[in-house]
Amino acid sequence: MEKHVLDKPFVKVEPELCKGCGLCIEACPPHVLEFHSSFNTKGYHYAYYVGDGCTGCGVCFYACPEPEAITVYKKGYEYVGEEVA
Amino acid sequence: MAEKVLKKPRSFYDIYERNPSADKKMPHYCPGCGHGNVHKFIAEALDDFDVADRTIFISPVGCSVFAYYYFDTGNIQAAHGRAPAVATGIKRAHPHSIVISYQGDGDLAAIGTAEILHAANRGENITVFFINNAIYGMTGGQMAPTTIVGQKTTTTPYGRRPQNEGYPVKIAELISQLEAPVYVERVALFDNKHRAKARMAVRKAIKNQVDNLGFSLVEVLSPCPSGWKMDPVDAMHWIEEEMVKVFPLGVYKDITKEVEPYHIEEFKPEAEEIKELLDLKTESKSFARSTVPEKYKNPEIKIAGFGGQGVLLLGAALAQAGMLQDYHVSWLPSYGPEMRGGTANCHVNIREIEIGSPVVANPSILIALNRPSLEKFEPDVQSGGLIIYDSSLIDIEPSRKDVEILAIPSTKMADELGNTRIANMVVLGAIAGYTNFFDLKTLFETLNTAIKRKNLIEINRKAVETGYQFGKEHRVK
Ligand code: SF4
Ligand code: SF4
Ligand code: SF4
Repeated sequence: MEKHVLDKPFVKVEPELCKGCGLCIEACPPHVLEFHSSFNTKGYHYAYYVGDGCTGCGVCFYACPEPEAITVYKKGYEYVGEEVA
Repeated sequence: MAEKVLKKPRSFYDIYERNPSADKKMPHYCPGCGHGNVHKFIAEALDDFDVADRTIFISPVGCSVFAYYYFDTGNIQAAHGRAPAVATGIKRAHPHSIVISYQGDGDLAAIGTAEILHAANRGENITVFFINNAIYGMTGGQMAPTTIVGQKTTTTPYGRRPQNEGYPVKIAELISQLEAPVYVERVALFDNKHRAKARMAVRKAIKNQVDNLGFSLVEVLSPCPSGWKMDPVDAMHWIEEEMVKVFPLGVYKDITKEVEPYHIEEFKPEAEEIKELLDLKTESKSFARSTVPEKYKNPEIKIAGFGGQGVLLLGAALAQAGMLQDYHVSWLPSYGPEMRGGTANCHVNIREIEIGSPVVANPSILIALNRPSLEKFEPDVQSGGLIIYDSSLIDIEPSRKDVEILAIPSTKMADELGNTRIANMVVLGAIAGYTNFFDLKTLFETLNTAIKRKNLIEINRKAVETGYQFGKEHRVK
């Protein structure tokens, strides 16, 4: 599989593991997280990354009460395949 | 690469197999509940200190009762409020484990106040996380000990009034007044800066234990959006604007720089030393074992009767005699609150090998000294076992056909010897005479320690002797 090095920070929200509490959205300094207009299967408007502007600061990760709704990848993160997408 | 990604800590299970519901990936907490944040901080710290494998996490009663679904550590769920007591036992039995007591305000500050206070006061080398959300979340939003003055809950619909419900209990302040705790801090989850502080406090409290420094407690002001009937973001504001005024944040005590680390030493005094301390006879005597028929070996004995019939003493004497012959023995009394008149029974094991459990559920020998005991325990006797009963008090006969039965009018025999209360010693003699388990020499030596009043030893000897002859005469041929 192809090896990648992340050239800018990235944040991933798992729609199915998000309870839509909005704490990450409130916490994100550059306001790059928003509620999605659609629901997940639990009936929550999940959070999503607008796609640009994440600084990789990590505060959303600690604001989120869910164990694996949010993953923050910092610049320089090395991965193979499709892990960060 | 670990520092380049922030993702689910390894100290959480990947799949929450213990959760009986179909969804095994999403925790059971409400959206925006602070338990999730604290769980994450703990799991991350366990990862970083690499101690998950030796961590034992105690779940309380409350919303976090199911914390054991999530943490990939050792887990024990304690009775309501008892987590610090359970933690104490675990830490002492496994001094190298990392023991975390995780408790809410109902658990720690109401029903469990005694446990937390004394665990802290003893300076147990454990870590306590106290989640203060000022309400009973799990049961539907009733007042908690930490509910603030004026706060409306289902049980304080007009708001908490000190005249009626008292003031909120301030745990960090209370615990920090004690001498033993090494670290007490109160933190809050309401914004990024304070969550970062909370995260550091969680790490420090765990690290203290890794370094064997002593008792640490972190109180976390944590949102309960459901109990407060607020959305999660507003709940955070409420902590900042209302809770913090009542529960000021900060380090209440930190003597971690001054204290010496615990030295975990095994404390194993010699048997002789204990005997001396307790002023017990130190000349240890040993008697030769008798030749016991195979079927009577390793007896599991239950003795039952009225309180006052000497049931417990009879059991203790049997165990004592066993000790004199270097058997492994156990004696487990079980009686009602009444000293006399109630029912009493005790369980005795006399074995050639070590005893696993002192409980005798199915006795090989049942000694019934009154009718209710015979009726109650007869069905439990092992097939091929032995029932001995006082035929002067019990007017029925056992109905079992697959056991040996020795009917002995022990109360009447004791009366004839001049003292009703030595009937138990008649029975002691009878068991020995019937089974050949003990000789008279061993029994007489037993009496010297079992009978406290020396002027009664002679009559007890007579009782044992009479019982012994009776048992011997009635042996099955
Ligand atoms: S890592 Fe920081 S900047 Fe990126 S989404 Fe999270 S809070 Fe926003
Ligand atoms: S904080 Fe977590 S659960 Fe809440 S909206 Fe953001 S991703 Fe979803
Ligand atoms: S009731 Fe409150 S404390 Fe319990 S899970 Fe829900 S938000 Fe959390």
